[in-house]
Order: sequence, then C-alpha cells, then structure tokens
Amino acid sequence: MAARGQRFDLGPWGFVAPALLWTAAFFVAPFVVMAVVSLWERIGTDLVASWSFANYLKFFERGHFLEAMLNSLEVTVIVTVTSILLAYPFAWIIAEKVPPRLQRMALVLAILPFWTSYVVRSYSWLLVLANNGIINETLLSIGLIAEPLDLANSRTATVIGFVHFFVMLLTLTIYANLVQLSPNYRKAAADLGAGPLSTFWFVVLPLTLPGIMVGAFLTFVLCIGDYITPQVLGGNNELLMPQVIMLQIGRRADFPTASALAILLMIVVTIAYLGFARWIRLERA
Amino acid sequence: MNTAIKRLKLTGAVALSSLLAGVAAMPAANATEELNALVWCDHTDPALIEPFEKKFDVKVNLKEYEGTGSALAIVEQSQPGDWDVFVIDGVDVPRAIDADLLAPLPADELPLDDIFPELRLESSLMRDGKLYAVSEKFGYNTVSFNKTKVDAADMKDMTVLWSDAYKGRIAVYDYYLPVIGMVAVGLGKKTSELTADDLPEIKETLFKIKDNAKLVGEVVSSQTAIATGEVDILVGGGEWVTAGLSADKPELDWILPDQGGVRWSQSIGVFKDSKRKELATEFVKYIVSPEGQARLATSSCYWAMPANAKAGAELTDQQKAALRWDDQEAYLKNAQMYPAPDAELDAAMQDLWTEFLQH
Repeated sequence: MAARGQRFDLGPWGFVAPALLWTAAFFVAPFVVMAVVSLWERIGTDLVASWSFANYLKFFERGHFLEAMLNSLEVTVIVTVTSILLAYPFAWIIAEKVPPRLQRMALVLAILPFWTSYVVRSYSWLLVLANNGIINETLLSIGLIAEPLDLANSRTATVIGFVHFFVMLLTLTIYANLVQLSPNYRKAAADLGAGPLSTFWFVVLPLTLPGIMVGAFLTFVLCIGDYITPQVLGGNNELLMPQVIMLQIGRRADFPTASALAILLMIVVTIAYLGFARWIRLERA
Repeated sequence: MNTAIKRLKLTGAVALSSLLAGVAAMPAANATEELNALVWCDHTDPALIEPFEKKFDVKVNLKEYEGTGSALAIVEQSQPGDWDVFVIDGVDVPRAIDADLLAPLPADELPLDDIFPELRLESSLMRDGKLYAVSEKFGYNTVSFNKTKVDAADMKDMTVLWSDAYKGRIAVYDYYLPVIGMVAVGLGKKTSELTADDLPEIKETLFKIKDNAKLVGEVVSSQTAIATGEVDILVGGGEWVTAGLSADKPELDWILPDQGGVRWSQSIGVFKDSKRKELATEFVKYIVSPEGQARLATSSCYWAMPANAKAGAELTDQQKAALRWDDQEAYLKNAQMYPAPDAELDAAMQDLWTEFLQH
C-alpha cells in the first residue's frame, strides 16, 4: 500500500519526455492525420471529408492494388531470405576468421557502399545490369552467353539492388551477435563430442537467431516501404505498393487513397512485427 | 572503351546538371530582393536565371516539382504570399484558375502576337477576358529513336509500335496523360473528345505496347535507356529527350508520325497572393522575351520549342535542327493537345495506367 502523502516523482518523466515528444510529433500525430485523411475523398481539386471506407474498399475491388501488395510481399521475402543467406557467412568470416585487429577495417569495408547516395547507387546498378553493361559484356566476351541477359529493368534487378543494400545491414547485426558469443559455448560443445558442423548447427546458429531476426525485420520493413529501388531498377514491369501509393499522389494529389494504401501497408508491417517479436528483444540476455 | 567513355560522359552530364541546379538555388551575393518560383527543372539552369537576377538585382529561389498534383500540394501547404511565380502545364492552368491561385497578367505588356498561334490557348489561359498565364515552351510526346538501329520510315507509322516489329527494343515514358493521348491519336481519336467509352480500345493497344516494351520509365530512366542503347525507341519521347543530346549523340532523333502526336505546353503565371507582383511580372516578361525563350528552349535540363516564334533568331542552326524548327508548321497542324479529362475520367485513366504498368 502506497504511503499517504507519497509524491509523484516527475524526474523519470523528464528523462523520457524528449523521446515521448519526438514520437508524438513525428509518429503519432502524422499517423492520426493520415488515418483521418484516409477516410476523406479527393473530388476534383477538393479534399472532401466524406468519412467513409471507400478508399479501403478500392484496395479490395481493384485487382492491381492487391497484385501490388502481393508483389511487394514476394519481393520482400525473396530479398530478406537472400540477404540473410549472403550476410551470415560474410559476418561469420569477419567475426571468426579475420584477426581482431583487422575486424574494424573489414566492417568499414563491408559498409562502404552505405556511404554513397542511395539514388546514385540504384542508377549505377542500372548501368551495370544493362544489355551493354559490365556483366553482360563480360559474359559475352568469355563466351558464356550468346545474347545479353535481360537483367536490368526487371524484378531481378530490383532484388539485386535491394540485396546489395541489405546484406550490409544484416552483416552488422549478425556480426554484433556473433562477437558476443562466449567461446565457452563452443568449448563445451566440443567437450561433449560435437564436431564443428554440429556445434554450428545446434549451438552457434540458435544463439545468433536474435541478430538474424533483428536484421531480417529491419530488412523487411525498409524493403517493403522502399520506393526508389523498384522505381529505378524495376522498369515498371510490375508495381510494388510504394509505387502505387506514389501514383495516387503524382498528378491528382489523391492523398486520401494514398493514405488508405499506406495504412494497409503499415498493417502488413505490424503483422510481420508480431511474427518477428519473439526474437526482437532490446535487453541483453 | 568508346561506349564506356560515352556512358561516363552522360553520367557526368547528369551529375553536372544536378550540381548546376543546386548552384542555381544558392543565394546570389548582395541581392536586395528575392523572388520565389515554383517551376519545372528547365528553369533551374543558371544560364537562364542569372541574366534576370543581374538586371533586377534579385535572387530567384527556384523550387522544382514533378506533376501538377505535387505543385498544388506544395501551394496548399504554404502560406499565402510564399510563392510569386508558377510554371505549370498548359492543360492544368484552368485548375489553377479554378483554385483562385493566379493573378491576371498585363496582356498589353507581353509579346502575345509573337507566340505561335496554336500556343495562345485562349480557352485555357484566359477567363472572363483576363489573361492568367502565357505559354512559354512546348513540345511533343511522340517517338524518339536511334536512327542507326531503326528505320526512320517505320517511325512515321505509329502502328508499328503495337506490331511486334521492334519487340523488346522499346521503352515507354511513364506518364499516363501523354501516352494515353498519343495512343488515342494513333487509333484515330481526338484527344479533346475522349470519353470512358474509348478506354477499352486504348487499354488493349497499351497492353500490346507493354508486351513489346523492355521498360516503362520516368524521364531519367527512359532517357538513359535510349542514350545507352538499352532500347532503340522511346514511346512518348520527343525533342525534350533527344534534342539536348544531339551534339554528343547525333544518332538520336525524333519524329511526329503521320497519324500525329500529342503536343504539350507549359505556361507561366504570377500567384494571386504574391507580395512582389511587379517583379514577378517582370520575370514572366523576361521568360517570354526572345532572349529568355532561347535560353529556356536549350536549358540544361531539357530542350524544347520556345513558344515565342521570334526566339528563332537567338538559336543556332544546330539547335534549330535538333528542335526540328522547320517542321513546326506541319507538326503544329498535325498534333493534338494533351487530353484534359474531368476528375472522373482522369481517375479512370490513372487506373488504366496502373493496370498497364502492372500488365
């Protein structure tokens, strides 16, 4: 039972206030505005507060909206899985095989592509993957192919652009997890007769799952909401949700439909979060 | 190696243009006054803006936008008086007048008689006898092509685009209004009379073009695709894609097919709430003067025809050839205006375009 006269301590609130204000100003308030606007309609040049779910119904009535959502999910899952498969061995080599004094340099080299502009990097990939780009020219010159491969302006190009970016991110999260593992785990496994493969499969991999999942969730969120990469590299041969949202804004400034589609995308991200939640813990074990 | 160097030059040109655009946005030293203009990217060329800034001792702050919707959103989110000058699609001027954004212009102080007759657009730019905007630049959404790889005679017939003669060698400019309009023209329709009943036939044709297309891209992607040889034809292209590259890439050309094409135009006006209306009007007068027109026509962002016919005296023969100056009389007669759909038809066209992209 609290003592009568116990005073409410404002101190802790002072510490969390900046974060709360930040979240309120830059997440809660914009989200509320977006939710409200999603119930309006753009009629002619006016935004009309019609308070209906018409914009949400459009999503289910128009096949191309639904198709865009499915495309987004497919591309995001492919990118996330591919990035994990490439990043894990990369992080493992840096953590286990590179001498500790060189690990920092190896990490810097790994994230070097982060330092270039995202847009410039995407356009660069377009030139690399083009019919007369370096990949096709190399394959043609060594006789591996007779005709250029259609790499640019395709889903393949979008996935390559994404994977290039997210492998760096996942490498960091997995590396951070790997270097925290005590060597005693492996020694104990060896003492109990486990070989290197068994140790990795039954000990190291499960213990690094949190790092993988944190990176995978970040990849999922950033990938499914990205507009630049599919717009530059996809050649509009299929549409992803961010592109469909931008189409609503481009000329007609149809913010209500764009808001409704953005909220539906947020719901998908929230469902993904619930799926990843058991591994995403901020506190250290 | 040669190809690599050319590609490097193109990339360098794009980077340099961006840099120059950025420099254009930097404050001019010692300018006593400022003018805020909402513009297309061609107005950010320092070669266009600096003479005006020096003459009037003013700093022109330029904000680029893409799409009238984006521009209207910027204005909605601004305070009245924030903006002085508005560069806007000719077809969208009535929307801006409806929204009470524009101030009347002094028609007697502008060289309206020198504007190509087809660009005077009284029905769009005037309301109740008052002039609200003036045409400043125009061009066509038609066919750009690489004449070393494509038979120029083929390009005179638009139907070749939806045959399979050039399957896999075509890019499409990603903007629904001009391309839908262009296809409508190719099908023998009038862009000014389009209704929802025309959309199924247009959709079927667009889907055939998509089957032949390698990509559908915005300005940079589509221009890069034809400049680097990724594709040989750009549907919806025109002088605005190839003329600016004519010095370095003479193999790129454009043409208006026999069926015609879609003519676009951009206009310039003064915001009703501008606090510097006189200076803003001076800027409009400079832009539509022969000198301003020649600089605007050959802006580093994109080239296109000046609306003022007297600007020809300020252009070089090479520039006029790249713009097909001598063909303009025939082209202007054979081109139709952008479609100007009402809100309902516009929404249907956007849905059609989304289906086309998703096809």
